[in-house]
Amino acid sequence: MSRPSSPKIVIVGAGPAGIRAAATLVAAGLHPVVIDEGHCAGGQIYRRPPDGFVRTPEQLYGSEAVKAQELHALFDRLTEERQLTYQAHSSVIAVHQGRLHVLGEGGVQVISYDRLVLATGASDRIAPIPGWQNAGVYSLGAAQIALKAQGVALGRRIVLIGSGPLLTLVGAQLLKAGADVTAVLDTSSWRRQMRGFPGLAARPIVALRGLTLRARLGGRYHAGVTVERIEANASGVIAMRWRDAGGRQRITPCDMVGMGWHLRAETHLADLVGCVFAYDEQWQQWLPQTDAMGRAGNGVYLAGDGARLIGADGAEIAGRLAAVACLKDLGHAASPVQADLRKLARLKRFACGLARAFPWPAEMVRTMPDDAIVCRCENITAAAVREGADFGGGEANRVKSLSRVGMGRCQGRYCHLAAVELVAAQSGCASRDVGRFRGQAPVRPAPVGAFLRED
Amino acid sequence: MINAGRIVRLAERDRAEVQFFLDGEKRSALFGDTVLTAMLASGHALRSSEFGPEPRAGFCLMGACQDCWVWQEEGPRLRACSTPVTEGMWLRTTPPESWP
Repeated sequence: MSRPSSPKIVIVGAGPAGIRAAATLVAAGLHPVVIDEGHCAGGQIYRRPPDGFVRTPEQLYGSEAVKAQELHALFDRLTEERQLTYQAHSSVIAVHQGRLHVLGEGGVQVISYDRLVLATGASDRIAPIPGWQNAGVYSLGAAQIALKAQGVALGRRIVLIGSGPLLTLVGAQLLKAGADVTAVLDTSSWRRQMRGFPGLAARPIVALRGLTLRARLGGRYHAGVTVERIEANASGVIAMRWRDAGGRQRITPCDMVGMGWHLRAETHLADLVGCVFAYDEQWQQWLPQTDAMGRAGNGVYLAGDGARLIGADGAEIAGRLAAVACLKDLGHAASPVQADLRKLARLKRFACGLARAFPWPAEMVRTMPDDAIVCRCENITAAAVREGADFGGGEANRVKSLSRVGMGRCQGRYCHLAAVELVAAQSGCASRDVGRFRGQAPVRPAPVGAFLRED
Repeated sequence: MINAGRIVRLAERDRAEVQFFLDGEKRSALFGDTVLTAMLASGHALRSSEFGPEPRAGFCLMGACQDCWVWQEEGPRLRACSTPVTEGMWLRTTPPESWP
């Protein structure tokens, strides 16, 4: 089938979840449309460098090279055989009444759907640190993308801070590539990390691989630290100020800081399409609700890290399950899913272990200094957020209107969780009681010209 | 030269050179570089913050944070992390003078 099938199924995102969802639909004889921000399929984890780059998949993806190659080859074949329609370089910026507004190189285009699979992935979960607005501060994901897709390190002397599997992984990858990683600072203590152990034992090989990477960091790695401030001069970062587990103050000169506390699900489109959200205590963030297969209701299906932060292997399974659910709802004969559901349950146990071992630093955020920036887009300070809470009460969207926190051009992706935490602390309640910022279209900035059409 | 900026090239160094202009000065980058890589290979910032004194150099590199929008001498602004640099681009770290 070389044209989109009817009823029309649109998949947003071509990472592991989107690719598996597409392949499952194609196998059932349907022709989905896949809309993706990347220049080719792979998502962030299996992102491919531009043409002309020569590193091997083993160099790019390490232990995951076979999985990456398999997914790339599968998707490229389906695209070449015109079994699906792949729209690269395209961002869905709004959804309304079964229509997606898609920003591409030629402007905004409207694409209708009967069924929608959202496989929008995740980005770093950021907790603001005083000084994080300066040039030379990046997310951990950014450090990894720079290395993978461009072959560069984002600084000459690097300090990585935060917590989560990416902290260790990015540190080890940068070192291996020859970058000068001076310190890797984990806000989770060894003791805290041990609490994740029962869950982590669900995937002993992956856990062991993590420990091996950790060992490669050697004396650079410090657990249970307190990160205090990123020092900068007029041209950018010059040092990281922190305290070690024993409370001793340390200053590490550097010109780049990579930061991140595990991941935050990318949920803006799920929000616009009307999914029900609930605060997830385990992940300490708001997540859209689905059944075990990924059904969110109204012909919408969610798969991958955009729904539950289970990682790339889990995303492949979730993508398959969401497509099977969609097929079933369309009256197709459903393939058996028991084995996939069992595998997913095991991966979820592991993911729970990660969440327990590398928690969101709630206390650090709640006690951040008044002059620290919370919203990096518009330099909104912690004091402004606290004032908003004093004036408007403990409700996230009131504080958003009053202080403009979360209204910048990233649409709150990097300040939302910290802002909610601050509002909760100021009003003396739990962060789940504060609510969440409502998503607003366009979910990516779009120039006015993109909406003009020459009719 | 190519490595006088913020970033360090660790791999993939054998690519064709691309010439572009940054704030009116001729610079070189490598074919396949993003605008962000190209600008930071010879400089330390992409732009200044509109809301504070500090320069900015990008943050997420995956099109989510919108920190890396840069000006061109003519034409629309570009998201530096997701736009490839091309031969003869005229890029600016400050808005053009025609901008109000």
